[in-house]
Amino acid sequence: MPILALDNVSKSFGALKVADQVSFALEKGEALGVIGPNGAGKSTLFNLITGNLGVDGGTVTFDGADVTRQPPMVRCLAGIGRTFQIPQPFEKLTVFENLLVAAAFGSSRTEKDVSDRCADILVETGLIARANQTAGSLGLLQRKRLELARALATQPKVLLLDEIAGGLTEGECQELVDTIRSIHAAGVSIVWVEHILHALTSVVGRLLVLDFGKVIAMGKPDDIMASKSVRQIYLGIEV
Amino acid sequence: MADHAFSPWKVETRTRASSAFGLVALAVVIAAAAAPLFVSRSVIQDLFFILTMLVLAQCWNLLAGYAGLVSVGQQAFVGFGAYTMFAVVILAGLDPIVGILLAGITASVLAIPVAFFAFRLQGAYFAIGTWVIAEVVRLLLAQWKALGGGTGTSLPSGATREMFGVGLVSDWLGVRPSQAADIVCYWLALVLACATIGFIYKLLRSKQGLGLAAVRDNREAARSVGVDPGWMKSVVYLAAALVTGIAGALIYVQKARISPDAAFSLTDWTAYVIFIVVIGGIGTIEGPIVGVIVFFILLNLLADYGSWYLLVLGLIGIIVMLFAPRGLWGLFADRTGIQLFPVRRILTGASSTTKGVPHG
Repeated sequence: MPILALDNVSKSFGALKVADQVSFALEKGEALGVIGPNGAGKSTLFNLITGNLGVDGGTVTFDGADVTRQPPMVRCLAGIGRTFQIPQPFEKLTVFENLLVAAAFGSSRTEKDVSDRCADILVETGLIARANQTAGSLGLLQRKRLELARALATQPKVLLLDEIAGGLTEGECQELVDTIRSIHAAGVSIVWVEHILHALTSVVGRLLVLDFGKVIAMGKPDDIMASKSVRQIYLGIEV
Repeated sequence: MADHAFSPWKVETRTRASSAFGLVALAVVIAAAAAPLFVSRSVIQDLFFILTMLVLAQCWNLLAGYAGLVSVGQQAFVGFGAYTMFAVVILAGLDPIVGILLAGITASVLAIPVAFFAFRLQGAYFAIGTWVIAEVVRLLLAQWKALGGGTGTSLPSGATREMFGVGLVSDWLGVRPSQAADIVCYWLALVLACATIGFIYKLLRSKQGLGLAAVRDNREAARSVGVDPGWMKSVVYLAAALVTGIAGALIYVQKARISPDAAFSLTDWTAYVIFIVVIGGIGTIEGPIVGVIVFFILLNLLADYGSWYLLVLGLIGIIVMLFAPRGLWGLFADRTGIQLFPVRRILTGASSTTKGVPHG
């Protein structure tokens, strides 16, 4: 049974279709990459999975339960963790408190029960030296790391990563890939939207290509990148 | 991941200033409790006024400063609480103290339908909505003939003099019963103020307080990590209504005379309260404490100047909002970094893995 499944999910903003009959299934422990040109509906897809946006039609099934009508906090508790493309930290809280609130609410525990785990995640994501700074004082790299750390704090079964490597240097990107790999190795299923292909393909086993809200292709990264239509739509615009 | 057979991490919220302040606060509360032994009746009445306004200001600050609920209708709960107390005393013949406790319950019950309607509105619409609802409650209670209708009524003579504890205080301090009633009201106000501040501080230091701060900073992100903003706001709204209702009843035990226009006064129970919170510093517990003292001083300085008084208050409010948007306490705290009621969770580690963690 897949951990996450979308069945004919659609969403429009007026005349613009941002998700058009999207269907796919993510197996337990799988890492899936999502690519597509800007405006293809990648971030919208995440918002539909997390419930930050409501669907117009179709169903979202998570861990065997239909969550299509559930609000984001319920889906988070069920085990869907996400990062935002544009980091959305709780700016006046410290880095540690950002994790604390996510861990305490996202896994329904007391602050005391989760504080050690939050500290461990800060070590793992390289943020421990900034634990007591306000999140508003962080630079871009740290904000991206905080997005990842905060999502991890909710103890997700599925982690949705939205262009987490964008804007990072080669070295920073490599560090991030290593972190994501170890998260995946620990058994967390991953859906990763990313433009930086080599980072993406070094982690994921399957690629999904979106264009104008439609699934254009899905399969092994090598096959996908060899496909003519994908090269036209995606690389033709990107390169 | 690091190995933690023993936990090397510690989470602290206390600061050196806050520990010292704890002792000072204790001394101030003890001195305030002993005040009736040393000061005149008019001073006790002034202190009662300050304490009850402080309670109302703390409640409004909790709503607007922490939950983002800018209510202009808190007079609904002051008036409803006060009328509950009058009904308990006049219609049921019970002790005013019973009325004060019941007022808390009726005010929070009133808050349920009010929240149901007002929470559908956002921002300025919410503010106006709460105001309109307060007017509706005022007009309804003005129809209640048994409690004087539109002209209002007084507590039966003797009701406060025979109030629980008044006889005891009268004998013990050797004062007339009417003065003893003022002292009992004052002590109740002191207990209410301490309990309110204690409750709010505890709330802010709890998991719920952290969730509230997350919603304030970023509502969408808060929803994505499992926080339910609607539920948080409802709880805060009900709690504020409960305390505001109790404060309203207590204020009117001391006044002993009620009318719909006075009990549901926008100026007295919301505009002044907003002024106190804004000049003191919104979003801090210290702010309303500073604000109520400044407000009381201005009130006395300007008492002889009639309507100039309101003009000056308004002007000061505008100046503070423009030049010190976080109020007088905010100005002070930004310069000194002092927090008397710290809520920051500071992570410290005993092991070497935390090198580089700045101590707050």
